[in-house]
Amino acid sequence: MITLAHYIVLGAVLFCIAVAGLFINRKNVIVLLMSIELMLLAVNMNFVAFSRFLGDVSGQVFVFFILTVAAAEAAIGLAILVLLFRNRSTINIADIDSMKG
Amino acid sequence: MNPQTLQLICFYAFAFVTVIAALSVITLKNTVHAVLALVLTFFSSACLWMLLEAEFLALALIVVYVGAVMVLFLFVVMMLDIDQEKMREGFVKFLPVGLIVAVVMLVEMLGLIGVRAMHAQVMGANPAVAAGMSNTAWLGQALYTKFLLPFEIAALILTVGVVAAVALTLRERRDARYESPSQQVKVDPRDRVRIVKMAAVRPPAAPVDDNTPQESRP
Amino acid sequence: MSLSTSILLTIALAPLVGCVLAGFLGKFLGRAGSHSVTILGVAISCALSFYVLYQLTLGGAETYNQNIYTWFQIGPINASVGFLVDRLTAMMLVVVSFVSLLVHVYTIGYMADDDGYTRFFSYISLFTFSMFMLVMSNNFMQLFFGWEAVGLVSYLLIGFWYKRPTAIFANLKAFLVNRVGDFGFLLGIAAVLYFLHTLDYATAFGTAPSLIGKTLQITAGTHWEAATVICICLFIGAMGKSAQVPLHVWLPDSMEGPTPISALIHAATMVTAGIFMVARMSPLFELSSTALSFVLVIGATTALFTGLIGIVQNDIKRVIAYSTLSQLGYMTVALGVSMYAGAVFHLMTHAFFKALLFLGAGSVIIAMHHEQDMRYMGGLRKYMPITWLTMWAGSLALVAVPFTSGFYSKDAIIEAVGESHRWGAHYAYFCVMAGALVTGLYTFRQMYLTFHGKERFTVLDHHGHGHDEHDAHGHHEPGVLAHAPKESPWVVTLPLVLLAIPSLLVGFFTVGPVLFGQWFGSAIHVDEANNVLGELGQEFHGSLAMALHGFTQLPFLLVLVAFVTTTYIYLFNPAMAGRIKSALKPLWTVLDRKYWVDDVYFALFARGGVRLGRLFWKAGDTAVIDDVMVNGSVGLVHRIAATMRRLQSGYLYHYAFAMILGLILLLGGYWLFGSGPVGSVLAGQ
Repeated sequence: MITLAHYIVLGAVLFCIAVAGLFINRKNVIVLLMSIELMLLAVNMNFVAFSRFLGDVSGQVFVFFILTVAAAEAAIGLAILVLLFRNRSTINIADIDSMKG
Repeated sequence: MNPQTLQLICFYAFAFVTVIAALSVITLKNTVHAVLALVLTFFSSACLWMLLEAEFLALALIVVYVGAVMVLFLFVVMMLDIDQEKMREGFVKFLPVGLIVAVVMLVEMLGLIGVRAMHAQVMGANPAVAAGMSNTAWLGQALYTKFLLPFEIAALILTVGVVAAVALTLRERRDARYESPSQQVKVDPRDRVRIVKMAAVRPPAAPVDDNTPQESRP
Repeated sequence: MSLSTSILLTIALAPLVGCVLAGFLGKFLGRAGSHSVTILGVAISCALSFYVLYQLTLGGAETYNQNIYTWFQIGPINASVGFLVDRLTAMMLVVVSFVSLLVHVYTIGYMADDDGYTRFFSYISLFTFSMFMLVMSNNFMQLFFGWEAVGLVSYLLIGFWYKRPTAIFANLKAFLVNRVGDFGFLLGIAAVLYFLHTLDYATAFGTAPSLIGKTLQITAGTHWEAATVICICLFIGAMGKSAQVPLHVWLPDSMEGPTPISALIHAATMVTAGIFMVARMSPLFELSSTALSFVLVIGATTALFTGLIGIVQNDIKRVIAYSTLSQLGYMTVALGVSMYAGAVFHLMTHAFFKALLFLGAGSVIIAMHHEQDMRYMGGLRKYMPITWLTMWAGSLALVAVPFTSGFYSKDAIIEAVGESHRWGAHYAYFCVMAGALVTGLYTFRQMYLTFHGKERFTVLDHHGHGHDEHDAHGHHEPGVLAHAPKESPWVVTLPLVLLAIPSLLVGFFTVGPVLFGQWFGSAIHVDEANNVLGELGQEFHGSLAMALHGFTQLPFLLVLVAFVTTTYIYLFNPAMAGRIKSALKPLWTVLDRKYWVDDVYFALFARGGVRLGRLFWKAGDTAVIDDVMVNGSVGLVHRIAATMRRLQSGYLYHYAFAMILGLILLLGGYWLFGSGPVGSVLAGQ
């Protein structure tokens, strides 16, 4: 029988994989963006599970919004990435440090 | 076979695929492969949500994410000329740090979740079914009544996102010639032609040599 | 019948109109236009002042006391412009306008070559206006206005030659010393307001007896009589304005101003404002014998000790300046023994003969081409007979030779001090008596050094040079004159003659009514127990008898001693002056250094002030405010920012790492300190 714990633990595992992805792919912006998508997926997993568990529609509505915002974010993020590549001919984050204080 | 056992088997199968695919996302050398692995992750997650009877969101995930966002990712990855080898620099070097951080975080999360106690929490009956409607209707009813304003704001955000993405990547080409209709409409003849009234004058009676070029008069 | 408001307003405003015209339109009016318009203004005031005096004395006019304009009103306090014109005011009006008119005329000659001609006329007319506002005031507010206005004009005129460093120094000194006095004066006015709840003279004097028994706790445990506090504070103001010890230091230095100013402001009128003010406040001063004793001792000290300094001065104007200080001391002594009428009477006679002496000195200075040192004069008698004669008239009045006006006022004061039983009267009696001798010494010495004896200057009479333009302000060798001294023009000598007449005669005719005839009426209030004038009046049998009696009295004998001594020393044995000087070297040094008062003030206040200011500047402003607070806070922000800056590497993964680290810590915190695992919480529901 599937319990709440299954989904929650799965969410936690996905989230930690995403965090590890942030660390080990610190140069490739595309993979970083994908790691963020993974994190959002992990969060969504929790929302859906709790929504079902509590019988509350709000959780699933929230997932809907997260999907919306994530789509917008991905679009803009990729646009920035294209722009970055066009101007610098690289997407290596190690080369991008103009915000250095 | 007990349907619940079947569900459990399905869950483990899809969960396994999800985790493996997620790990592939962060470890695969080729970025295109990584994107495809992410598609797989989303797909299997959608299947898991199906098991939770969240059909609308599961399909939305596949349609919106796999159908739109991931394709966008693929386009970008393919369009950009990325030096794959260089991107992989430091992968091994940061692997231990990433693993340690991830493991520490996982341990903390599991501890916070309290897996054993959580295991006793059984999913109740499907609330949509209890309300006598499908999951989509159940969700839509909430979305268009209680969450109408956030819904519309979300729509606006998406629109802005699209406009912003286009505006950011729009490239004005210098070699192309454009027409400006508004300026064409606004033209006033008085700006172009000036009528000057002046008395008739006879040029000074200087000996004119036809062979030398005349100075141009404005 | 009563006086008309328009006449009084005309008296006050005519000089102001002249001042404004000469001051702002001087360039259009020109020199002649400027002096004409200002002299006309003062002449109108003078004529009307005489008319007012006539009306009040013989015409039977009543005292005028009316508010003309309300300036502002705060609750019960009413600040208005108003006139109180009684016989005291009228006498002051006549003295001020008369001397001022003569000084205006005199200035035409004295300032003939000066660049600031129109400015000068504007200033003295402004002074005349301010002085009128002061003496005609019917409330403390307007009195203070006039008080400060005359102080301002005094400041402007001492520094009239503003390119001379000494003049700037002198006017700054006068200004600062007067601020000390004005501070006391303002406190006094505040005390009047506090206790009597009014600024109006008539109301304040009417309710003054209610002060008896009231006390003021200044420091814990000391109770001061209200009347004493008020009077001493007011008198501190008078000490500043009338240059009483220890605030006398500015007056001798004020001689840096042009001589007509020394005559008008720093001898005849403004410096007597303090005397006038105390006389006006007699109903208040009569309530406190402590304050009057204070006045008496201060006055007596001033009278004797400043006179002593005069003996050793060589500058002709400074001798007269110290003489002025001494005579102001006499007036203050008279106030101290409740003889207000005598003080005002001496004020009047002194105004005439001291203005005469100053203007005469100015005439000498013109003749000597702005040389003021008496050591380079001598024998001027034969060059300038009118100046010589009139100066002698003034000097005789100053030393109080019987029949001169100075005698009547001064002798009466000495007699009154002898009669008084106030605390300090014995000391004062000694001081004024010794002062008579001292007065004789410096006066005769000055006259002999200036007009008699050998000529101690040389005349370079080079005809080819003609008019020498370089002798204007003493840029020449001392004692060397371009051409021989000559008598001054009529605009200079006429005022001398016109002043010599009252200097000699006015006392003879007015002493009876003014001193002993209750001429001032209700303007001056004297308590029955303090009425020394009344006691003296019983022995008064007319001016003639008083003068004849004066020949046998000690003061005259002292003057005679002074006369004989100085005549012998300066006419017959000039070398003896030097010998006496070296014999009494320590005493001479004490006098020459003016008792080191100036030095002490410099060391204590000026340098102390500078040092205090430097301390606040260095420690307070530079160290605390600039370095610690302003630059310190900036530096702190800078340092914090410099540290924070290091954290901003600009690399995305550093920020991401920081976020995740924060997330781990947050989770750890929930794990350790939270309310247990979520599963348990859910199970517990």
